[in-house]
Amino acid sequence: MKKRSTALAAAVVMSMAAVSACSGGGGAGGTGGAAVAPADPTKVSGDITVLTHKTDLAADGTLAGYAAEFNKIYPNVHVKFEPIVNYEGDVKIRLNSSNYGDVLMIPAAVPVPDYPKFFAPLGTPADLDQKYRFIDGGTYSGQVYGIAINGNATGMVYNKAVWQQAGISNWPTTPDEFRADLQAIKAKTQATPLYTIYHEGWPITAWQSYLGEAGCDPAANDKLAADTAPWAAGKELNGIDTLLYNVVHDQLTEKDPTTTTWDAAKSQLGTGKIGTLPLASWAISQMKAAAKTGGADPADIGFMPFPAQANGHFCSVISPDYRQAVSTHSRHKEAARAWVDWFVDKSTYAQEQALLPTLKAGALPDELKAYQDAGVQFIQLSQTKNADVSKIDNQSEIGLNKPDYRQHIVDLARGAGSGSLDGYFAELNKKWATAIKTVG
Amino acid sequence: MSSRQRSGRSLLARSTPWLFLAVPLAFLVTFTYTPVFNMLFYSLTSWDGFSPDMEFVGRANYTELVTRPDLFQVFYVSLFYLASGVVQMVLALYFATVLSFNVRFRNFFKGVLFFPYLINGVAIGFVFLYFFQPGGTLDSVLGLFGARDEHLWLGDPDLVNWSLASVSLWRYLGLNFVLFLGAIQSIPGEIYEAAELDGANRWHQVRHLILPGIRPVVSLSAILVVSGSLSAFEIPYIMTGGANGSTTFVIQTVKLAFQFNKVGLASAAAVVLLVIVLLVTWIQRHLVPDEGVDLV
Repeated sequence: MKKRSTALAAAVVMSMAAVSACSGGGGAGGTGGAAVAPADPTKVSGDITVLTHKTDLAADGTLAGYAAEFNKIYPNVHVKFEPIVNYEGDVKIRLNSSNYGDVLMIPAAVPVPDYPKFFAPLGTPADLDQKYRFIDGGTYSGQVYGIAINGNATGMVYNKAVWQQAGISNWPTTPDEFRADLQAIKAKTQATPLYTIYHEGWPITAWQSYLGEAGCDPAANDKLAADTAPWAAGKELNGIDTLLYNVVHDQLTEKDPTTTTWDAAKSQLGTGKIGTLPLASWAISQMKAAAKTGGADPADIGFMPFPAQANGHFCSVISPDYRQAVSTHSRHKEAARAWVDWFVDKSTYAQEQALLPTLKAGALPDELKAYQDAGVQFIQLSQTKNADVSKIDNQSEIGLNKPDYRQHIVDLARGAGSGSLDGYFAELNKKWATAIKTVG
Repeated sequence: MSSRQRSGRSLLARSTPWLFLAVPLAFLVTFTYTPVFNMLFYSLTSWDGFSPDMEFVGRANYTELVTRPDLFQVFYVSLFYLASGVVQMVLALYFATVLSFNVRFRNFFKGVLFFPYLINGVAIGFVFLYFFQPGGTLDSVLGLFGARDEHLWLGDPDLVNWSLASVSLWRYLGLNFVLFLGAIQSIPGEIYEAAELDGANRWHQVRHLILPGIRPVVSLSAILVVSGSLSAFEIPYIMTGGANGSTTFVIQTVKLAFQFNKVGLASAAAVVLLVIVLLVTWIQRHLVPDEGVDLV
């Protein structure tokens, strides 16, 4: 008995030590202070580690190539990349330590008010906003903590050949027209009109990015913070989710959504076995590559806006990808800041990957240039209330950007879940309203 | 002199087991008990999983858990795994008994049965994803026997949990089988000989020798099956991510912690699961006491 209690006491002591080690946080050398851009590129030196989610670019040497370019201007900074496959999950946990690289992508789960605890301030929004897009979302109480590595424009990737074969030459302008077009694809071609890629989970979250497009409303996201019924008839989320429901309900999507994989969907869109995939602009280059691999023409891959117009034109929400930040524990903040700036200002990353550049003066890649020329207006959602919205979202356990809630809509539509869409909207409204009160 | 020498030796002798135990105990404390105590501590906070600040909220998380019956509805899914666990034990016992006798190719069959347990869970998830696709392996095999309909094995909400539970059966059958086989082979051979001389046939041997002889292992397996079905996670998480009504209690807990940043609430849920498993085990031990085995 006595021995057991000793062991127990030892365990308690050890666990307390572990807890205090976890919550201790600061104290390491170099903690705190701003990351100021170096005045003289040749004077700044140091070894910096960059945590990156771009494992493919790290493996094929693209990132090392960028580092070599970077060294032409900053010869005394040595950049090391640490590619992380499960970036979001791993880095979120590493933030508990003081060892999360000098430069890192801010994990999406970190709430904006926590930014000052983990990252070094980069400057005031007034200065940075003139040069870069997406500054407001990385800003907390007058300081910017992260600069997006690139942006994405929402829309849908589609196979032009399939749509042409079905006799459709213009982009649909309303949800009903979109459904009619998909019906035509089903009737006239061999292709499945649209894939939800339900099984993989993350692709279905793209539907959330259409928020704000039907009404061309930059405040759409902020409005959620005070809206006690965002799924009421006529509201944007209602429209988006009803379209998803109808498309699945009309059997215009894959037969068994629970077993379709991302890689299969990619090559099938590339080779014209799938008509449409609701994914943002980042997917274009991947689909073209898949078309090439499958022996089809990469030029068949097109990009269309969400089927809704306001005041006679399409709107596409542009949103930031991961934001690069400098760790507050970094010992070489100047060198780290130099990399962050160089990556968005001078690297060829956005052009090469056909992405929207963060730099306002940066040239649009061809794919997006064509998109804009076809009359799509880019809008940016205001992020002022984003901290509140994500708090409400987590509290309500709905997960606007998580797969579960839209997977459930697909289940309802294909008759696999019990209940009606209206019943589900009522439930979502109730959860959201309760969470607003709790978070209040 | 000799007595002092003995006491010196006996000190060493007494500490020897502890020296051997020190390493595993250190591992046990570091990797099992410390996280458990951390979890208990987290369950009393509203920690979001990464913030340096933890707010102490007392038993608020536990109050929330017991006032939200929807969080416990997912235990319904465990019934499927429990049912498959029972089938798994019966099958394992059958194979273990048959292969404990002199059967041709018995080592080959042992390997075949144990092999799935050695495969990585993620690989199993992918293999069975193709297996269950409409028009996939399972449908093709059924087609050979004349059942040509295509089924949505994972897409149909009435089938998905049976499909997943049967994958779990396939995977863990081997472990159960090896446990039973080991127990059966530890029964001394003379007893069988004596039984044969007394005119007992194979069925008598199974009924009166093997079953009573391996009773402790059967009850251990039963505990593993029950706790395994309550905490089923890996296979459904990899194959469906909990979609289509296949969410188990552990999947739900993981989602609370890592999707909605409610690590405090999720820790409380994990503590509750621990308590439930301990409770079920305790009840089971009382219903079926683990008595010493005496075959002679």
